[in-house]
Amino acid sequence: MSAPSSSGASRDGYGAALLNLANDPRVVVIEVDLGKSTKSCLFREQYPERTISLGIAEQNMVIVAAGLASCGKIPFASTFAIFTERAFEQVRNGLVRPGLTAHICGSHGGIHTGTDGSSAQSIEDLALYRTIPGMTVMHPSDDISATKLTEQLLSHKHPSYTRTARNKTPRIYNENSVKSLEIGKGYVLTDGDDMAIIAIGVMVHKALEAAENLRQDGINATVIDMHTIKPLDTQLLDALSSKVSGIVTVEDHSVIGGLGSAVSEYLSESNPTKVIKIGVQDRFGESGESEELLDLVGLNVQSIESAARSLLKF
Amino acid sequence: MSVQSLENTAKRCRRSIVDMIHKAGAGHPGGSLSAIDLLVALYGTQMKVDPSNPESPTRDRFIMSKGHASPAVYAILKELGFLEQSDLDGFRSLGSVCQGHVDMKWTDGVDFSAGSLGMGLSFGIGTAFAAKMDGLDYQTWVMLGDGETQEGQVWEAFMAASYHNLENLHVIIDRNRIQNDDFVNVQMEIGDIAAKVESFGWNVKEIDGHDMSHIVEALQWSIGTAGPCAIIAHTIKGKGVSFMEDNPSFHGKAPTDDELQKAMEELA
Repeated sequence: MSAPSSSGASRDGYGAALLNLANDPRVVVIEVDLGKSTKSCLFREQYPERTISLGIAEQNMVIVAAGLASCGKIPFASTFAIFTERAFEQVRNGLVRPGLTAHICGSHGGIHTGTDGSSAQSIEDLALYRTIPGMTVMHPSDDISATKLTEQLLSHKHPSYTRTARNKTPRIYNENSVKSLEIGKGYVLTDGDDMAIIAIGVMVHKALEAAENLRQDGINATVIDMHTIKPLDTQLLDALSSKVSGIVTVEDHSVIGGLGSAVSEYLSESNPTKVIKIGVQDRFGESGESEELLDLVGLNVQSIESAARSLLKF
Repeated sequence: MSVQSLENTAKRCRRSIVDMIHKAGAGHPGGSLSAIDLLVALYGTQMKVDPSNPESPTRDRFIMSKGHASPAVYAILKELGFLEQSDLDGFRSLGSVCQGHVDMKWTDGVDFSAGSLGMGLSFGIGTAFAAKMDGLDYQTWVMLGDGETQEGQVWEAFMAASYHNLENLHVIIDRNRIQNDDFVNVQMEIGDIAAKVESFGWNVKEIDGHDMSHIVEALQWSIGTAGPCAIIAHTIKGKGVSFMEDNPSFHGKAPTDDELQKAMEELA
């Protein structure tokens, strides 16, 4: 794949997708004061009659979405990732348990969110929603893939949580490559037999950079964008575990319960494989610039590279 | 349906409630018996629902937010033909359509999955919004418990519904003055609930929740009044069974064999 030509924030991709979906009259957007941040404001500007503002009230947001869904609407409700967590029990009991389909988007996920500090940096959202039976959990890596995956939710039969990022990162996809992107199917960005690096969200481009550095030393890594954490692409994991010596998972999320956990849980039973989990190691973030924070907790190219090299011993 | 006929139906429902909880050995008689007159009047005079087409998109919605009062809902749904006696006999047992708390996924005629307090009014906002967006004139009725109004989400919803002027949304608060552990004023007094709801922009009417003609009149008032309406129904927990009345210990306890017999005699 050619080097990314420019950059995009996945939250912009979400906003663009809502506009693309607006032709379907069942689509309803719900905002709780952060539409300008999550980018649902783009929909609101053009379709105010199908946009509901509920003030700063996340619990109400989730259950209003459930009520709309029970009447055949396809609600898209968004706020900061961290504030969706406030309504976790509403998502569990009032939305997913009754078998209703609405789509929650949490923007500003991860410590990458930056200077707002730890109160705004959700590092456990993916873990939380992954525990709910039947819920789809996604974290796209750029704006182009966020648009594609969000658009696919229109015909998706399960409720979902999608985490998007506040800040721009180098684009992973282009108009052509994104065509084959599909909910529930990990995307192989580079192919190599020595080890695999499975990444999500804002860490995918760093995984690609690490793989490029390794390649220059003659080490060939497979790099995967595992944009859907649940349902996990176990077919892809089966194929990987039978060919590589080990796997590095990379996520701007706690190492407890997220991508690394999901991959480990599956492989420990199917084909025990060494998995090194790069993520936030059971701690909170703090204020700082995105890159400073990622370096602070060891979420950088260097740590991915060194984890991958350590797998060569296996 | 005449007031006399509603009262007769309510008495049959009371017997069903006590009987199913006794059979299950668990359940919530107090809040079911306080709510049943309201439910019978609502279904008997307002609700447009059809057991042969339970998913009709134009049906009126009833959202039992205090989901533990499921026996009251099952009793009236049986009267309407949504459920059979055998369904009620299976209340709370494995695989039964009559789950411990009302659940839309399991029971035809149930419009919300409750059991966690404080969510029903929000759900009603969703169904009321959908009706307006689709140009349909079905109505959404939500029943809340008085203790339930201690949940903060209830007030998020009261504020949102009046702001959006959802005149097709109606609330009934079962003001039976008792919650799980004790009387509401012992646990945390909610005070003048009518004034509080009114201050959130709602039309409010207070009634005796066991006076059938008052209830019928209040439901009609709610339908005929512009803007969202709330009926505060003053009720007696355990109403109709002397030893359960106003007795916090029957919030969530099944009657014994002897108690069942005594209750049935009183409800004969």
